[in-house]
Amino acid sequence: MPMLPPVSKRHTGWRLFLMTVIGRSYPRVVGMQRERSWIFFDTFLPMLSVAAYVFVYRAIKAPEDYVGFVVVGGAMMAYWMNVLWSMASQLYWEKETGNLALYIISPGSMMAILLGMALGGLFATTLRAVGIILLGSLLFQVHFVIASATQLILVFFLTMVSLYGLGMMTASLFLLLSREAWHISNLAQEPIFLISGFYFPIKNFPAWVPMVGSFIPLTLGMDAMRQLAFASGPSLGWISVNIEIMGLIVLSIMFLMGARLLLNYMERLAVREGRLTESRG
Amino acid sequence: MENHYAIETQSLGRVYKIRNPGKKENKTLTALEGVDLQIKPGELFGLLGPNGAGKTTLIKILTTLLAPTHGYASVAGYDVSKSPDDVRQRINMVSGGESSGYGLLTVRENLWMFAQFYGIESKEANQRIKTLLEIVGIADRANSRSSNLSTGLRQKMNIVRGFLTDPEILFLDEPTLGLDVGASRDVRSFIRRWMDDDPKRTLLLTTHYMIEADELCDRVAIINKGKVLACGTPASLKQSLQKDAIFHIDLDSPKVLVESVFSILPGVTSVKIHDNENKTIMDLVLDEESALANVIATVTSQGAQIVTLQKREPTLEDVFVKLVGQRMEEVEHADAPAS
Repeated sequence: MPMLPPVSKRHTGWRLFLMTVIGRSYPRVVGMQRERSWIFFDTFLPMLSVAAYVFVYRAIKAPEDYVGFVVVGGAMMAYWMNVLWSMASQLYWEKETGNLALYIISPGSMMAILLGMALGGLFATTLRAVGIILLGSLLFQVHFVIASATQLILVFFLTMVSLYGLGMMTASLFLLLSREAWHISNLAQEPIFLISGFYFPIKNFPAWVPMVGSFIPLTLGMDAMRQLAFASGPSLGWISVNIEIMGLIVLSIMFLMGARLLLNYMERLAVREGRLTESRG
Repeated sequence: MENHYAIETQSLGRVYKIRNPGKKENKTLTALEGVDLQIKPGELFGLLGPNGAGKTTLIKILTTLLAPTHGYASVAGYDVSKSPDDVRQRINMVSGGESSGYGLLTVRENLWMFAQFYGIESKEANQRIKTLLEIVGIADRANSRSSNLSTGLRQKMNIVRGFLTDPEILFLDEPTLGLDVGASRDVRSFIRRWMDDDPKRTLLLTTHYMIEADELCDRVAIINKGKVLACGTPASLKQSLQKDAIFHIDLDSPKVLVESVFSILPGVTSVKIHDNENKTIMDLVLDEESALANVIATVTSQGAQIVTLQKREPTLEDVFVKLVGQRMEEVEHADAPAS
């Protein structure tokens, strides 16, 4: 009697794509449940910098909605950090652990692997972001006035699609740069906090700054969300929400297509030069 | 797609360019050169060679992770360079000492995750995982986080990962690397059972353990410095030395014996001398037994005494020494280029 019968059915096509996405998102979703220290490190600690801005705004008697802006910025920062540190550099770490080679030789597509990473990260980060919003709103008594829930959801969705599309694109790029990618992540972190307006309305900048910052989807996303979620939002907004939605659609398409092209290029180059795995034996 | 061979290579080569900062031209390193192999479906084929011989480079090419710079390679009838997706649907790979998967996940979860990438339904995947974990003897660790596993248990998990998807062609790159004797034996026994189960399965195994190649493989290719030096069944390779006389001599010697003194004696094909604890050990391959008299006379003239003298059957190690001129350990200790 054989010790193991043959596999009865192997899914291919879109079903395999979906299974690969679910499979790769699983470690991130489950990881949240296994390492609960995130509740302290990823919710309480970001609240400290949020609190610092809140106290400054209250001290200078800034409009009260600025407090809400800061809380939204704190929540969205969780996504930026996730994209920067857990998406962009992830393929590099997968290579170091040997997972990347196994992903590549499997029939599941690398695009599905990246999407799984993104969705798993998005789920995990959303729990953190919700925690920051809830805690911040309670602590600092933030008053939301939702102008259009549909538009707000659409803006959030598009922001996430384009942001994680950016993460998927940079993941391939960082794989080619190897260790240098670490420095780029460090370099990108603080300036983006500034030019994307995590803690203040970008309208305060000269026009060219938010224009440059618009290549990071969070710049447009946060500005639009603030306009849709706070009473004084529209008066403090940079450009109209509809234009920002259009911008986010363009960024989503651009980054997702870029991710696919870069991934193919990276794989071809890495196979040609032998960069997919460390050289051994 | 019809093809006579499960794996075929023709004049396969791989040259790495190594960046040479400050210099106009990059250096090159030949990891593989002119490799011709034909492996039939159902064969358990071994690549035997020291570290740095080019075994892993060959596996990387065959598993579509690395492009060859010369020649041609096909797996399951598909050109690895032109049809990597077709190849990937039919293969899997396990490397010795790999740390794949995620430490936060349990053994079962890690294996389930990899099964998803091969389109295997969760129900069937879980059933297969259960069966395989029982076979390799780690069913009781199914719900342990993989970060808590010892090296041996982790490698058993990796082995299960490779076999779980029931690949047509499986690549095992040093599967028992770093394992203790018991765990290595378990892994070898499992590999043999898996092959015996289905005559269509093909397995390519790289190893630098002679016993592994001898015990497991239907055919073996001996590889060194990127070139295949010999290929055949373990028995036929050893048979090639049958006309030689092989002796193992334990000596009590007050001074260090020099190999070159013996290697110039008439009838001596190869001689290896090394110390083991308080003994000096000489491994001799002679053209014919009559050459032994000269060796013994020279040993005596050097002030050494023979403690034991044993004529023995040739091993794959002897074949390797005859082909390369050094024992595999010596080749590994030499400053061989990484491939």
